[in-house]
Amino acid sequence: MALPIARQVSRAEWGDRIFVVGGKWLWLGLLVVAVLLPLLAIFWRGFSSEAGQGGGLAAARELLTSANFHWLLGNSLKVSLSVAAIVVPLAYLFAYALQRTLIPGKTVWRGLSLLPLMAPSMLPGIALVYLFGNQGLLRGLLSDNIYGFWGIVLGEVIYTFPHALMILLSALSLADARLFDAASSMGASPARAFRSVTWPATRQAVFAAFCLVFTLTITDFGVPVVVGGDYQVLALEAYKAVVGQQQFGRGALIGMVLLLPALFSFGVDAWLRRRHGDSMSGRAQVFQPSPSRLRDACYLAIVLLICAVLLLVFGMAVYSSLVKFWPYNLSLSLNHYQFEDTAGGGWLAYRNSLTMALCTALIGSVLIFTGAYLMEKTQGQKNLNLALRMLSFVPMAVPGLVLGLGYVFFFNLNGNPLHVFYGSMALLVVCTIAHYLTTAQMTATTALRQLDAEFEAAALSLKAPLYRHYLRVTVPICLPALLDILRYLFVSAMTTVSAAIFLYSPDTILAAVAVLNMDDAGNVGGAAAMSSLILFTSGSVSLLLAWASRGALRRSQAWRQIAPGQ
Amino acid sequence: MFKPLALVAAVLTAFSLNAFAKTELTVYTALEAEQLKTYKKAFEQANPDIEIKWVRDSTGIITAKLLAEKDRPQADVVWGLAASSLAILDQQGMLDNYAPKDLDKIGKNYRDAANPPAWVGMDVWAATICFNTVEAQKQGLTKPVSWQDLTKPEYKGKIVMPNPASSGTGFLDVSAWLQTFGEKQGWQYMDDLHQNIGQYVHSGSKPCKLAASGEFPIGISFEYPAVQLKRQGAPLDIILPKEGLGWEIEATSVIKGSSHADAARKLADFSASPAAMELYKENFAVLAQPGIAKPQTELPADYEQRLIKNDFVWASRNRDSILAEWRKRYDGKSEKVAGQ
Amino acid sequence: MNTALTQPGAPMKVRGIQKRFGAFTALDNVSLDVAAGELVCLLGPSGCGKTTLLRCIAGLERQDSGELYLGERDVSLLPPQARDYGILFQSYALFPNLSVEANIGYGLTGSGRDEVRKRVGQMLELVGLLGSEKKYPGQLSGGQQQRVALARALAPAPSLLLLDEPMSALDARVREHLCAELRQLQRRLGITTLMVTHNQDEAMLMADRIAVMNNGKVEQYATPQEIYDRPATPFVAEFVGQGNWLPFSRNSASHAQVGGMKMRLADDAGIAQSGRLFCRPEAISVNPPVHEENLFPAKVREITFLGNRCRMSFELEQLPGHPLLAELAPEAMPRLGAQDIWVALPPRSLQVFA
Repeated sequence: MALPIARQVSRAEWGDRIFVVGGKWLWLGLLVVAVLLPLLAIFWRGFSSEAGQGGGLAAARELLTSANFHWLLGNSLKVSLSVAAIVVPLAYLFAYALQRTLIPGKTVWRGLSLLPLMAPSMLPGIALVYLFGNQGLLRGLLSDNIYGFWGIVLGEVIYTFPHALMILLSALSLADARLFDAASSMGASPARAFRSVTWPATRQAVFAAFCLVFTLTITDFGVPVVVGGDYQVLALEAYKAVVGQQQFGRGALIGMVLLLPALFSFGVDAWLRRRHGDSMSGRAQVFQPSPSRLRDACYLAIVLLICAVLLLVFGMAVYSSLVKFWPYNLSLSLNHYQFEDTAGGGWLAYRNSLTMALCTALIGSVLIFTGAYLMEKTQGQKNLNLALRMLSFVPMAVPGLVLGLGYVFFFNLNGNPLHVFYGSMALLVVCTIAHYLTTAQMTATTALRQLDAEFEAAALSLKAPLYRHYLRVTVPICLPALLDILRYLFVSAMTTVSAAIFLYSPDTILAAVAVLNMDDAGNVGGAAAMSSLILFTSGSVSLLLAWASRGALRRSQAWRQIAPGQ
Repeated sequence: MFKPLALVAAVLTAFSLNAFAKTELTVYTALEAEQLKTYKKAFEQANPDIEIKWVRDSTGIITAKLLAEKDRPQADVVWGLAASSLAILDQQGMLDNYAPKDLDKIGKNYRDAANPPAWVGMDVWAATICFNTVEAQKQGLTKPVSWQDLTKPEYKGKIVMPNPASSGTGFLDVSAWLQTFGEKQGWQYMDDLHQNIGQYVHSGSKPCKLAASGEFPIGISFEYPAVQLKRQGAPLDIILPKEGLGWEIEATSVIKGSSHADAARKLADFSASPAAMELYKENFAVLAQPGIAKPQTELPADYEQRLIKNDFVWASRNRDSILAEWRKRYDGKSEKVAGQ
Repeated sequence: MNTALTQPGAPMKVRGIQKRFGAFTALDNVSLDVAAGELVCLLGPSGCGKTTLLRCIAGLERQDSGELYLGERDVSLLPPQARDYGILFQSYALFPNLSVEANIGYGLTGSGRDEVRKRVGQMLELVGLLGSEKKYPGQLSGGQQQRVALARALAPAPSLLLLDEPMSALDARVREHLCAELRQLQRRLGITTLMVTHNQDEAMLMADRIAVMNNGKVEQYATPQEIYDRPATPFVAEFVGQGNWLPFSRNSASHAQVGGMKMRLADDAGIAQSGRLFCRPEAISVNPPVHEENLFPAKVREITFLGNRCRMSFELEQLPGHPLLAELAPEAMPRLGAQDIWVALPPRSLQVFA
């Protein structure tokens, strides 16, 4: 009797050792290869003065002091600051309306506000061309055509809106009703209550949103390439240097410059967070907005206006993809969807994108969730855990464009045995997972931290192997979070272009890259069609997963309800 | 954990190892995407054991890519790239001199002078102005007939042209203006033209497409998209400026050190064959093999006579310095930089 | 039936356990013997190291040095799965997505399905929850959840049961009842049990022996009675129950000088020459009917009625400015309004600490 138990125990023990220690080392290896080394490769490339590559210290000095660079940098800063200054207040009002007022139809508005996440950043640009270009539907409203500064700003505003919104939504969702009661009992006006309660609690999120929008804008080239005209920005220059002129060193130098604002805002944000700490106590009471007709009417008007703009832009993109020959033949047809006959990659690109998004979502969510689990829930390997935690926060501070450049430099290195992956689907998947790692992992960590800290200890005391416990208890409980990660990764992979543009090969061309190529070749209708297709795919998959998540929740309602004894 | 791992491994293997029995030939090209399907089908029908893998981009990008990969060439063969670009690769010793089977049928102006030649021509494409008649009427624009006309103030902001750094068409325009007007007047002309340019774009066909949709009424482009768009019903006039048309030879060349040299040469044979010329003639009015081309109804009969005398050696030798000068003058179209 | 339910409990030995977290010493050379079938409580304030000790024994923390024996086995370096104990956590850590049945059967791997079902039934019967097999933890009350968690911990018939603050999630009324029930069950099964608590009432109610811990050390390891009556250190005296502290200096082996008073001490009162003198409030008698030793005049300051007893705050006339407490039966209270009283501090209730 004793023997079989001992054998069973030792088998479980070995299984766990492989699961925990092996899992962590595997995860570390992946992070080093997928995040750390490519980043180091950028610096290496930027400072090595190989002939014809435009890198090295001399080239850096020349680049940084050139009038052209100053012009590009000035443009980039002007655009990014303008976009952030426009988006953050709008998103704040929108988030405030959703979280702190009683306007009707919140689910609809929230759904609409997420539309820009479902399509590549070129789509708003394309829609703007059809709306405000020289042949645009609403051309008469503007004195000049859209190409240039205002085109980029408008496109980026639409593209970055949901990103800012999500940060502000979660900041405004945490409100302690007791503070408002205290404020109103002291006779504070709503404006005063906002200044003394709401604003201090959300200030930091506003800063974070501002930084995020700034970084997203300064590193995006999807919008500038479509509506920038001759108004050029740094991100586009990096893209042109690497793809157009194959000057990797120059690309690396610009990549480093683009890394600065992201690193800066990441550092300041982390510093602020540490200084202020968490102002919300666990005993905070959920804030219930009181009815106010005037306030709700005002906010509803704002929300309606923003949603109308979003609908107009996305509706225009879809509509233009169906028009036979803009602007001379407005009859509808599916001609633009016949991708096989046009440049860009055709249906292969779309199929590749589906494959890439599926692999990214499936492999990524399994890897990220398991990695987060091992980091959060296992004892031992303290230094390893620390290294993992730090590395997994790096992608947050690295724009996709820079990460993509790093991949080019690292995987295209002479003598790198991993070179076989260059241009392969596997590398695109790895890069996309790495790019979106931090957000997904934060979702996983939040979900895991809500679980009883003693679950694992209880399982171990019952002689159950940890991997079995993980599959049998942890995963089922965290299924909604897991589906959320799945959706996030799928949609991101479907729409990403910033890193992928440097990594695809003719076999692995992606839909979002095809959009760029078609637009480049002047096939704006085809670009609109492919963007719309991406939009529909991301949207449908999101709805499907939301539905699956609701179903899973309903089926598990028996055990998810709150215990009467607790 | 183990199952996902196995899955990852399986997926990685599946993606990275494409085991095909056929020879897979990596072909770099700057041809218009619409043409690729027919060409590929015809070649693979003639050579069933070979499969073409296209890498397509605009002329400047393909040239830069080939140069960047000089030490470790990824391409086996180039099918459809500007001869001036191939000449640069030849200067770098990257091309495999090879005489395709039907070399004797190729006109002597349409192949590399060396024997065996480094590159062999396919067809000729030439500069064209696409002019949107509907927009012209709406905006009261007169129809330009010469390159010089394009500098008239009435066209301010109405003209699009390709960026010569990335587009072969853009480069042939610049090189032709410098050759026909002389270097000094050539740059002066471009300075004046610059004042009227609404946008520089990355591909040679985009200006014509933008003209066709009326986004910008005048596009400096080449005849292939002009003809195609007109056939689709775009309200375009195809203008061949009276000073003469800059032009380029689209050519084919085998890359030195290709691991599929035999297959690559088969493609070079095919590209110079009468069968291929039959395909080219659907798209181009002037072919490397004389006597096969048919006149295109959208183009005048004396089209070939309107081409300028083009010095490809001069163009390819000076390509870098011309592009550097152009970038300095016009890239980053802004008052601040343009003034320098 | 008892014999079928569990293995006989095994003795457990803790030898010189040392554990640091950075600069903080959580366990400082802790040794502890638990006899087979005994219930021992680790009692102490938060941060005293009691939970760390429990986690070391469970293998959830690895001690820096020292050994752990369970029965004859040295388990010091074994992973938790190989140690053979059951544990009941403060939060119960019931798996919410598994039914009661599946929770209890969680540790019963390697047995057949019927065997598992039988064992689960047995366990549910033991904790009085037959019929709840298909329910989920969220559908049970706190007390019921605790019983399920206990059944789950006992199902694999471990030779040691660890209880980590098992009562703290329950409200006071349920708590006392469950304490008694748990104690009864433990006696019946005869399983060696180690319980961590910060609540002295729980410890007094349940433990065979109590180990009072402070600053990573065991201050005293003795029966509840001994701990209460003869605390070994000032900390134990202060932590367990209530007490009065008076400054003293030694006059002779049998007398101490407290303020203007001379108090007689029992032989085992301690050896300190000066310091603090300790006396439990309930040991003090007021206006004793017969003469007693150490009788001193005092003034009443305040009387609080506590239902079954009264608490009186007073000052010794010869030690002003030093309020003391006495706890008395209501009928023994001095008549209200009478300010001046006599109090007796019996020598056997006095202890001295340096």
